Amino acid sequence: MAKAELMDYDKALELFEPVLGFEVHVELNTKTKMFCGCANEFGSGANTNTCPTCLGLPGGLPQVNRQAIESSIRLGLALGCEIAETSRFARKNYFYPDTAKNFQTSQYDEPIAFNGQLTIELETGRLVTVDIERAHMEDDAGKLTHMGGAAGRIQGADYSLVDYNRGGVPLVEIVTQMIEGGEADSPEIGKTYVAAIREIVKALGVSNARMEEGNVRCDANVSLRPRGSNILGTRTETKNVNSLRSVERAVRYEIQRQAALLHAGGTITQETRHWHEDTGTTSAGRPKSDADDYRYFPEPDLVPVAPSRAWVEELRATLPEPPAARRKRLQADWGFVNLEFQDVVNSDLLDVLEATIAAGAPAQAARKWWTGEIARLANAAGVSADSLVTPAQVAALIELITDGTLTDRLARQVLEGVIAGEGTPSEVVASRGLAVVSDDGPLIAAIDEALASQPDVLAKIRDGKVQAAGAVIGAVMKAMRGQADAARVRELVLERAGSAAVEPAPSGSGE
Amino acid sequence: MTSLINQTAAALAGLLADGSVSSVDVTRAHLDHIDAVEPDVHAFLHVARDAALATAARVDARRAAGEKLGPLAGVPIAIKDVLATHDMPTTSGSKILEGWIPPYDATVVRRIRDADLIPLGKTNMDEFAMGSSTEHSAYGPTHNPWDLNRIPGGSGGGSAAAVAAFEAPLALGSDTGGSIRQPAAVTGSVGVKPTYGGVSRYGAIALASSLDQVGPVTRTVLDAALLHDVIGGHDPLDSTSLTDAWPSMTAAAQAGLADGALKGVRIGVIKELNGAGFQAGVKQRFEETLALLSAAGAIVSEVSAPNFEYAVSAYYLILPAEASSNLARFDSVRFGIRVNPEDGPLTSERVMAATRDAGFGDEVKRRIILGTYALSAGYYDAYYGSAQKVRTLIQRDFAAAFDKVDLLVSPTAPTTAFKFGEKTEDPMAMYLNDITTIPANLAGIPGMSLPMGLAPEDGLPVGLQVMAPARADARLYTFGAAVEQLLEAHWGHTLLSQAPALANIEMFATEGGAV
Ligand SMILES: [Zn+2]
Repeated sequence: MAKAELMDYDKALELFEPVLGFEVHVELNTKTKMFCGCANEFGSGANTNTCPTCLGLPGGLPQVNRQAIESSIRLGLALGCEIAETSRFARKNYFYPDTAKNFQTSQYDEPIAFNGQLTIELETGRLVTVDIERAHMEDDAGKLTHMGGAAGRIQGADYSLVDYNRGGVPLVEIVTQMIEGGEADSPEIGKTYVAAIREIVKALGVSNARMEEGNVRCDANVSLRPRGSNILGTRTETKNVNSLRSVERAVRYEIQRQAALLHAGGTITQETRHWHEDTGTTSAGRPKSDADDYRYFPEPDLVPVAPSRAWVEELRATLPEPPAARRKRLQADWGFVNLEFQDVVNSDLLDVLEATIAAGAPAQAARKWWTGEIARLANAAGVSADSLVTPAQVAALIELITDGTLTDRLARQVLEGVIAGEGTPSEVVASRGLAVVSDDGPLIAAIDEALASQPDVLAKIRDGKVQAAGAVIGAVMKAMRGQADAARVRELVLERAGSAAVEPAPSGSGE
Repeated sequence: MTSLINQTAAALAGLLADGSVSSVDVTRAHLDHIDAVEPDVHAFLHVARDAALATAARVDARRAAGEKLGPLAGVPIAIKDVLATHDMPTTSGSKILEGWIPPYDATVVRRIRDADLIPLGKTNMDEFAMGSSTEHSAYGPTHNPWDLNRIPGGSGGGSAAAVAAFEAPLALGSDTGGSIRQPAAVTGSVGVKPTYGGVSRYGAIALASSLDQVGPVTRTVLDAALLHDVIGGHDPLDSTSLTDAWPSMTAAAQAGLADGALKGVRIGVIKELNGAGFQAGVKQRFEETLALLSAAGAIVSEVSAPNFEYAVSAYYLILPAEASSNLARFDSVRFGIRVNPEDGPLTSERVMAATRDAGFGDEVKRRIILGTYALSAGYYDAYYGSAQKVRTLIQRDFAAAFDKVDLLVSPTAPTTAFKFGEKTEDPMAMYLNDITTIPANLAGIPGMSLPMGLAPEDGLPVGLQVMAPARADARLYTFGAAVEQLLEAHWGHTLLSQAPALANIEMFATEGGAV
């Protein structure tokens, strides 16, 4: 297919109002599959995590995974949904070789969770509330690999291989209501919404939430409504957009593509579209119509799921603070400006920072160390910052700076020692002999000596030219091999210079 | 010497337990008889001669070593081909599964193995259990031991014929709309469809998931109870399996043999299942049985189930709907035969279509089309939705009836065994044959069929159907055993002793007094 004409984005927005909708599939990280005891595991040998049930063998029967129900309820609650008193599975009938039973066990008219809301915040600070229609449970399909054709495409392939390890893995599909009024922010709304879902499932611990492994997958629906019209345009559904940036790009692309087509007098085909990461474009997939008939009917092999209200409340009590609220609270508590806080969030350091501060470190010092020296070392080593040191170690390090045992420069050496596995910060201080000389005695001796050997400086100080002290401080720090607190040295230099005890060396002017 | 093959399972169990016979002897006797009569009867699709003898030898050895074995240890059993067996082909009577050996055992199969019964082989059935005559088997029909020109009932004609022809003392069947009870009736044997959820369906190739139930096929009520106790009870692999603690069905059956067991039992005769279209001889034997029951102290009254008239229509929407989805997995991708289209590209869709075209018989295709249609958008409410409402109404009819009586009775089937080909050209006539048995499946209640004589006009067996409230399977066994004892005392023999000899074998030569 030739590359589609695109309309300039601003012009598209001038002529049309984008209407969005998202279906996000979240793969749950339960130990076993949705309807059988097989391991829910990524990366096992092909078709090793299978049994008669998930292979769709004759006679196989499903058993509901209680952990999956629990995760689904918690996710529903975190999305502000109501939890159904009784919820049923339904069969979605269609033939495809990756679907072992040739029906998907899903939910239709009685989803586990419905009527939710999620408020997201765009970079401008604009708040957008996305209405959640439903969150329902279903099983995943197997994975097809097309062999012999170009680039693994089904077109031109000689044959296809199917791995049913993923078949039967529990999914929650979160379906939004139509999102109107997004306007020029529409692509960002898509990205931010999916990011928010990802953050929520991660905070709940119900999914590994790795988009690159397909744990969170997004289908983006886009349609355009001509300005001044109240008739909804025909929508397209761009399937499996699997990174946050791609969601943003795909929505933007569809707005521009559809606008160009409509403006040229064309019509939009109701269809699924494929997203191409490499070219940043979508291409037509299967035509789709509302008449697509999956012949849904209640799954007769399963009894309805009827979570007791007591259980639901019990699960509600286990919900973590909503990620957005938590961010707001932490930023206020820590007193970070937006830029500082964003830096922490973008570096994925929120959790370690919180733990470091909880261990007693001042917020700014914790931020400075994690986003600074530790991040730098982690970057250089190609690992994550939290794999190098623990929040407790960082807090202890900062404590040593605060109490004057270490200077920043010494602390960096101690940090290296901690990362090298030499022990706690205090142990490294002791074993490497890195402590600041905090006993004034040796310092005073060094200062007196320095002052005595530089009578001109001493004279200047005594004349009130305190900036002259710098030369003495430098000499003292050098004499102490850096293991002195410069501020304390300065204090002492001024003190000693004003004291009669200090006299220029005998070679000086004398009385 | 008494022939080993005409013993009940209970009697064989006794002989095995006291060491009078070995399981190898019992098993070999049955295998030899199978060899002799199978050319006429064709009850089996697969006979596992070597495996059966090997298993029997192991059981004998363990018994000899003093191990404590279950009550049916060493007794042979035939298994309907709808049940997955890891060591025998499992075809469900269909070409599409020809030669398929599952990698696992159905739960009921595992339980009979754990109880040390001896699987003899797999029995014939209508393809995917769709039929009332076994004529829809892809592997040829089974013949009724009473008259080889007649059907043995269906879908479980193979299991019923195997038991009636003394090829096995016990068999497993499955009942979606009468597939255990109707074959039992037309072959003069006993069949029980347990309460829905009473016996695991895991490993039973699904026809209609909300109706299917696995159950025993035997020659006596006590044998059925013994087998029920082995296969019944909760199975975590079947989500619709009940978690009830079940009473001993064997004890229930034994209680029925006590004097006065029928006294005061309230029996309801379902008006709607005793009317027009029933063969005269069937009605006659039914009336006689009711008279005997009254004489024995039972209180017989008539009850009405007004919604039963919609049962067949509702059943033939629910069953095809569920079946159309259950049978979708037969696509040649993971198991079973694969047929490539004769020309054109080899896409997965086209291979699936060619395989299903070649692998499914006409009746299966008919029901898949019917069910696909009934579930289609725009028709769902009118068909599947309405049928489910009828189901609720039928459940209410039963509930109202069981407020008044302890058990409900009717003839098991409107007619005795019909001749081959009589109804194959008229699916509706075939479907209507299930009118008596279908309501129990729609309501999920247990039902039993036991012999109540031979129809005078054709000399063929007639079955009495007994139904109890859900979970009251034990009540069926108590009552069934009492009725069986009452009738046999009245006749002076068992019904099956009247069956014609097959393959010139004098089965009852040594049974003095049997007529
Ligand atoms: Zn599995």
